[in-house]
Amino acid sequence: MKNARRISSTVRPLVMACSLLIALSVQGSDQPAVHVAPTDSVGPRVLEKQTEEAVVRDYLQAWRLLSSALEENRADLLDPDFVGTAKEKLVDTVREQEKLGLQTRYQDSAHDLQLVFYSPEGLSVQLIDTVTYDVQIMDHEKVQTTQHVRARYVAVLTPTEVRWKVRVFQAEPE
Amino acid sequence: MKSTVTSLLLAGLIIVVNSQLAVTQTSGLQLPKSVEAGAAFSIQTTGSGNATLYIVGLGQVLRREVQLGQTISFAAGDLHNAGHYLVLVVAGSSTDNGAFDVTAAPQPSTLSFLAKPSRVPVDLRDGISGVVYVFDTFQNLILQPTQASFQLSGVAGAPQARTMLTRNGVAWTKMNSASKEGAAQFVARVGSVSDTRVITQVPGDPCSLRMNARPSGQKLVLETDPVRDCGGNAVPDGTIVTFTETYNGDEATVDVPIKRGIARTEMPAYKGATISVATGVVMGNEIHWGGGQ
Repeated sequence: MKNARRISSTVRPLVMACSLLIALSVQGSDQPAVHVAPTDSVGPRVLEKQTEEAVVRDYLQAWRLLSSALEENRADLLDPDFVGTAKEKLVDTVREQEKLGLQTRYQDSAHDLQLVFYSPEGLSVQLIDTVTYDVQIMDHEKVQTTQHVRARYVAVLTPTEVRWKVRVFQAEPE
Repeated sequence: MKSTVTSLLLAGLIIVVNSQLAVTQTSGLQLPKSVEAGAAFSIQTTGSGNATLYIVGLGQVLRREVQLGQTISFAAGDLHNAGHYLVLVVAGSSTDNGAFDVTAAPQPSTLSFLAKPSRVPVDLRDGISGVVYVFDTFQNLILQPTQASFQLSGVAGAPQARTMLTRNGVAWTKMNSASKEGAAQFVARVGSVSDTRVITQVPGDPCSLRMNARPSGQKLVLETDPVRDCGGNAVPDGTIVTFTETYNGDEATVDVPIKRGIARTEMPAYKGATISVATGVVMGNEIHWGGGQ
């Protein structure tokens, strides 16, 4: 009995650690694969590593938010990460979806990012993203299709008080 | 028994043929490869019967009830946001799909022109930067290379001009500020569209600083000559000038803003005191007060 208790106290942390690892791996499986091309030649302003990391972090967060906004038809979810024309267009899309009874679920699985322009005064960063994602189209909650898409996006981000926000967001032909 | 088997085979064959017909009814969707934003376009369907057509992108979504076998026309302006669009035709349990791109219209309509800084010291090489993003009438970024020009013209000297092609919808430049103070017009132009910013060119740092002193009772009146930058422009009023008096190991400091081009203050007239003057990183002359000499 004593031995059983000792084994139990030894095993419990292991079980907890395994559970944590499993939880993390499950959570991690939803994260897209991200590759960022070397930024040595980005200009005209020198792009510091911290700035690059912040831009990439905020851009990927913007994808998560647009996915939630279009799935739940909630334009307010776009507020933290979008601004200007990018936000206006996405808000319009959410409203059109809502009006038509549509929902779309965007699940990004990979981003191949290339930062191409950092303006001289540091007030805009442009990046090109070859992104792979699945789109599920639902009409009145009925799934109509799920399509696998690979597309090239151009995004312009501008800094705000606490983060970079997407100001221009547009797919272009590959 | 034989007739029952034949009937079952026949029924199975009918089901297979029907399901194939259902698939072929919506196959062969003819889509444009790309459409200019805001332009009219059409989608050709095949088959027969009613269907629902979806056009879905991040920029817009459309849904239409259509008749298969007909050409579905979209009027100018129906699809105006550039992007990648999925097309889905659903007829009962069968679907057909495709995709196409909407590209920005080639004619520029608006510019997003950012010129920095709004105030710049004179005679500063590459001191002014301009960045322009080029959009069509639907606020799509025009990604095709487009010629953009910048011109900076001010109160003195010949205008500076640069011309270049946009890359991914953006062009940028750097210009020198003029040698004379005053407002300069900074213009970005793409096609027939232009945007102007005013850059105020202000005097640079003081170039030299000189003061004189005269007694006034128990005080010394200290006054600078007109403070100018190296180009002869008057340094703006409000610029701080610091007067420092050292006497017997003690030091007294007075900060004075320039008014009407000069800085003026009063300090105690101690015989043997040393008075210096400075502004920013520029040191002026020193006065050793000998009691009126």
